[in-house]
Amino acid sequence: MKFIEFFKIAIRSLLSNKLRSVLTMLGMIIGVGSVIVLMSVGAGLQNMITSTFEGLGSNLLFVSSSNPDAPGFAGMSPGFATDSITMDDAEAMRDIRSVIAVNPTNENFVKIIAGNESTTSVIEGTTPEFQQIYDFTMASGQFISEVNIARRDMVVVLGSKTAEDLFGSDEAVGQHVKMRDKRFTVIGVLESRGMSSFGFSWDEMVITPITTYQARLFSQTTPSGEDAVQSIVVQVASAEVLNEVTEDIETLLRKRHHIDEGADNDFSVTGLEQLMGTFETITLALTVFLGLIGGISLLVGSIGIMNIMLVSVTERTREIGLRKAIGAKRRDILTQFLLEAAVLSLAGGAIGLIGAWLIAQGISLIDLGGFTINAVVSPLIVMVAVLVSVIIGLASGIYPAMRAARLNPIDALHYG
Amino acid sequence: MIQLENISKIYRMGKVEVSALNGITLNIKQGEMVAIIGASGSGKSTLMNILGFLDKPTVGNYIFMGADTSRLNDDKLAEMRNKKIGFVFQEYNLLSRASAVSNVELPLVYDGSGNKRKRAMEALERVGLAARATHKPTELSGGEQQRVAIARALVNSPDVILADEPTGNLDSVSTNQIISVFRKLHAEGITVVLITHEMDVATLTQRIIRLLDGKIISDEQVAQKPPA
Repeated sequence: MKFIEFFKIAIRSLLSNKLRSVLTMLGMIIGVGSVIVLMSVGAGLQNMITSTFEGLGSNLLFVSSSNPDAPGFAGMSPGFATDSITMDDAEAMRDIRSVIAVNPTNENFVKIIAGNESTTSVIEGTTPEFQQIYDFTMASGQFISEVNIARRDMVVVLGSKTAEDLFGSDEAVGQHVKMRDKRFTVIGVLESRGMSSFGFSWDEMVITPITTYQARLFSQTTPSGEDAVQSIVVQVASAEVLNEVTEDIETLLRKRHHIDEGADNDFSVTGLEQLMGTFETITLALTVFLGLIGGISLLVGSIGIMNIMLVSVTERTREIGLRKAIGAKRRDILTQFLLEAAVLSLAGGAIGLIGAWLIAQGISLIDLGGFTINAVVSPLIVMVAVLVSVIIGLASGIYPAMRAARLNPIDALHYG
Repeated sequence: MIQLENISKIYRMGKVEVSALNGITLNIKQGEMVAIIGASGSGKSTLMNILGFLDKPTVGNYIFMGADTSRLNDDKLAEMRNKKIGFVFQEYNLLSRASAVSNVELPLVYDGSGNKRKRAMEALERVGLAARATHKPTELSGGEQQRVAIARALVNSPDVILADEPTGNLDSVSTNQIISVFRKLHAEGITVVLITHEMDVATLTQRIIRLLDGKIISDEQVAQKPPA
């Protein structure tokens, strides 16, 4: 069959100029490789976020302050929003039907010191419901209590890693730590939980009563001078009543905040699904963006192939003339050069794919401070890569091949 | 076998029309060995291109083995070149990366036939080069390269061999070898058309056609001589 002959001719011609073929393929290797690596990292990020949210359960609502004029992404309280939610708001929510738990939380970064050791962690000023909602078990001691809240006790519960950083293998409960020049007593250590997402580790956390947080650590107030709450997690009886409770919370807070009818909320109430959707949109955009960056190198690679094919056609003008003189039709010449471009691009794509798979494996092994991105090279990505290589090979080969096929054999035979 | 009827070829170069052939009428019978001679610019290359289906006449009819070929499309012409014609060029035009036998196989690639290696070896044997089949063109002398080119022209059992200045690049010893190969093929019944400007070469054929300014100015039989 002619096609097999042409394939052999293409291989032979590529082998006869190995260095050039390899350099040309390099463009494709890097292009395909970077598209796959970037897309698989994007997919890994997405998986990570999805699984994080799935672990949380679907009967949670998140209430936070929001700027009515610049709402930002749903569920992510933008830094420029005016604090509007208070502890009293949180208390009032407890009376809404189907609400099981209300957990107001403020958080910040803090440096904590114990003797000569110090570390920086996230401090959560929160309530006992925090343990219930996120399902923490204690390694030792106890969690903060209502009494701690009421008395604004100077007590902390440490994440397992934080406890280890500060006290090594010694028992942490009963010891003292210093934050912002104030002395706190450790009353409990959490069981290790492993990583969460976005570099945030559940094990590197300091928990203190929200009242203590507000009074002794980080003062944050609403415009009217009350202590502000950054966010409230509301646990409801079941996912079915989420919408109902959302409406009730909105009605309650609008009334409490004296918002006129028709005016926008100065807070937002977001379900987990909505939150997840938001993050998925972000990571999808990120994946597409990363893919586009890879796409640019792919484009450069394909221009390289076209360039080399044009050079090759010019160099082999006499050969083309001869082939035509001894009976090659236009179609034959076209096929031969298209095949050459396709082989270059497919081989480059295949090597790029293997390289990208290795890199993705490597990335998955890297510990990014307590979490890893499981970069997955999915069959879909592989299929897309192969398809794209073929299309690029044909697209960048078609013009040079047509030029070759159109050559007049008489002129071509006497070329150069 | 070859009948040219009032063939003219006119090239347009910008606004100027150049007439390369001007009313050529010519008959070449099966098994003839013909030399076409003329100075450069006389139109002999154009004539050879038309005879070899590389080009189409502007005016006139080309009857090849009883069929008018003047209006064939490019693909049909390629087929004619592949099956009916064997070309031999002054510059050999071998693929430098391929071995002699691979070069000879080349026309068979385009007619899709099998037994390529065997047929190519047979053709090489006919020009006395079977022993050098695996050599690359760069490892062969000019005369040997031209014999490989002749084997390539032979491999598809063409009706006509068209040779354009086949000895133009060769010394006298190689020239004699090449000419004797052509004479041998002629003796086996193949029609051979030689285009040359060397009178010594032309006189070794049966018939000499002289061209000047795109016209035939003489067409005469050569008295038979023993091979050189």
